Amino acid sequence: MTLTVRQARIIARICWTVALLVVAVPFVFPFLWMVSSGFKSATEIFGQPSLIPRVWRWQNYLEVFEYQPFARQYFNSLYIAVAVTGLTLVISSLAGYALARMRFAGAGLLMLFLLSALMVPEEVTIIPNFFLIRWMGLMDTHAPLILLPVFGSHGVMATFLMRQYFLAIPKELEEAGKMDGLSPFGIWWRIALPMSRPALAAVSIITFLFSWNLFLEPLVFISSLEKFTLPLALSNFTDSYGLPLWHLQLAATSLAVVPILIVYLIAQRQIIESFALSGVKG
Amino acid sequence: MADALTEKGSARSWRAPRLTLRQREAIEAWLFVSPTVAGFLLFFLGPLAAVVYFSLTEWNLLTQQATFVGVKNYVDALSHNPDFWHVLRNSFVFAMGLVPLNMALALSLALALSRPFRGVIFFRTVFFAPVVTSAVAWAIVWRFLLQGEGGAVNQMLALVGIDGPNWLREPDWAMVAVIVTRVIKMVGLNMILYIAALQAIPRDYEAAARLEGASNWQIFRMVIWPLLAPTTLVIFVITMIGSFKVFDHIYLMTGGGPENGTLVLAFYIYEQGFKFFNVGYASALAMIMFVIVLVLTVVQMTLRRRDMQ
Repeated sequence: MTLTVRQARIIARICWTVALLVVAVPFVFPFLWMVSSGFKSATEIFGQPSLIPRVWRWQNYLEVFEYQPFARQYFNSLYIAVAVTGLTLVISSLAGYALARMRFAGAGLLMLFLLSALMVPEEVTIIPNFFLIRWMGLMDTHAPLILLPVFGSHGVMATFLMRQYFLAIPKELEEAGKMDGLSPFGIWWRIALPMSRPALAAVSIITFLFSWNLFLEPLVFISSLEKFTLPLALSNFTDSYGLPLWHLQLAATSLAVVPILIVYLIAQRQIIESFALSGVKG
Repeated sequence: MADALTEKGSARSWRAPRLTLRQREAIEAWLFVSPTVAGFLLFFLGPLAAVVYFSLTEWNLLTQQATFVGVKNYVDALSHNPDFWHVLRNSFVFAMGLVPLNMALALSLALALSRPFRGVIFFRTVFFAPVVTSAVAWAIVWRFLLQGEGGAVNQMLALVGIDGPNWLREPDWAMVAVIVTRVIKMVGLNMILYIAALQAIPRDYEAAARLEGASNWQIFRMVIWPLLAPTTLVIFVITMIGSFKVFDHIYLMTGGGPENGTLVLAFYIYEQGFKFFNVGYASALAMIMFVIVLVLTVVQMTLRRRDMQ
């Protein structure tokens, strides 16, 4: 039996799809296993593995909140991420606008300095920042978790992203605004920002996720349980020997991850594009 | 004459100062960038200068304060402390394992997913999903899956007759495990960068090559790969830098163990600085990391410039 070209093509496509599905297993499987194990009892977790729990243990999700102030920690992560996002939007779009549109002495030098900040990992400056924050009396507060991302390399990345976008939008409207007597601040607020919604959305998305997933800074600056953020809280589900309480840890991790995944599935196009635009994170 | 000028000047200075348009624009611009500049000086440039100074001091729990000791910390790291070279070796092994694996997989996935077909969005979404997931969550779940006994990975391997190792308890396997799970976590990012670059290549190039009878492999080797070179370079450097910064992933999966088998530079800095409070030594380590990243960046910029010419 010989195959027609059409049949050969269909078979090739099926092979491709199967291959891709196989590669996809380690990308999807951890999420499924995480959610399913979050419903198992401590004993079933170590028994015969099965993706569907034999007994659905909804209590895990209650115990998560009893073990530590998880609701409070969840809220901390949420409000810090919102604050970081809001501040980053304002500050990076102001600076990005000036760097794109205004002429001033020192602009070139400033760009160079900011660019250099993009290259330097947080690990390099975290030790002096620790003493700075302690000197400012801000240890065990959320201030460093807001200030460091806003003014660190992430904020600089946002500034450059905004600058690139401002450079690409047409100047005419802004010039018309100038003619009508708008101040530079007015032009930025009333003309430039409304025209830059895609860039603002991209900055919001990556900044929110950046803050939401931040780990080193909370680890260094936060010590009291009720001030923990989610990543720190998740790492804290251990028994008195420091061994993980898997069923609680995985239930809590599901609670932290699943809402983000749902938003991601709804807005995947926008979110992936935002990361493509920023390009340099990771 | 000077007197006359001052008189005139003082009479005027009671009103709004006269500025040229350019000066006004410059002042306004500096107002726009002032929050960024202030934060930059306070939380970046200041600390960067401080870490240089700290690295030249002895400062630990015993001394309690910084005493200037010159380059002693660097000498300690480079020639006295065997841990340092072990850590540096680990960091390079991690990078050498992660970067090629990540880039090869990213490029393969991008080639498979750069053109529309039924299900392409599904696959892109799947491969990118770990990127938006927190590294902490990812590490926790994989640590769970990779347990020696009862871990899901080993139980699956057992189904096909393979007796899996105790992944995170044996130094070499632990390194393999943290590299592979990190690649799965981050490969989606490089994949979309490659997809964007592939989609920017005009279809005519490929069509022309095909007309001349080029095979798929020849088209890739002669047409696509050279055109991807700038993207490959950028991806190479950001992936490399990212691999030297890896911290949370290691912290949660292995804690640097077993037998310091996955103790990498970023983790070592954290441990020395915040666990053992060797501020001077940790600062010297931070400077070494800074230099490594700087060298990588300069290499990238030089190659890129040469590339453009």
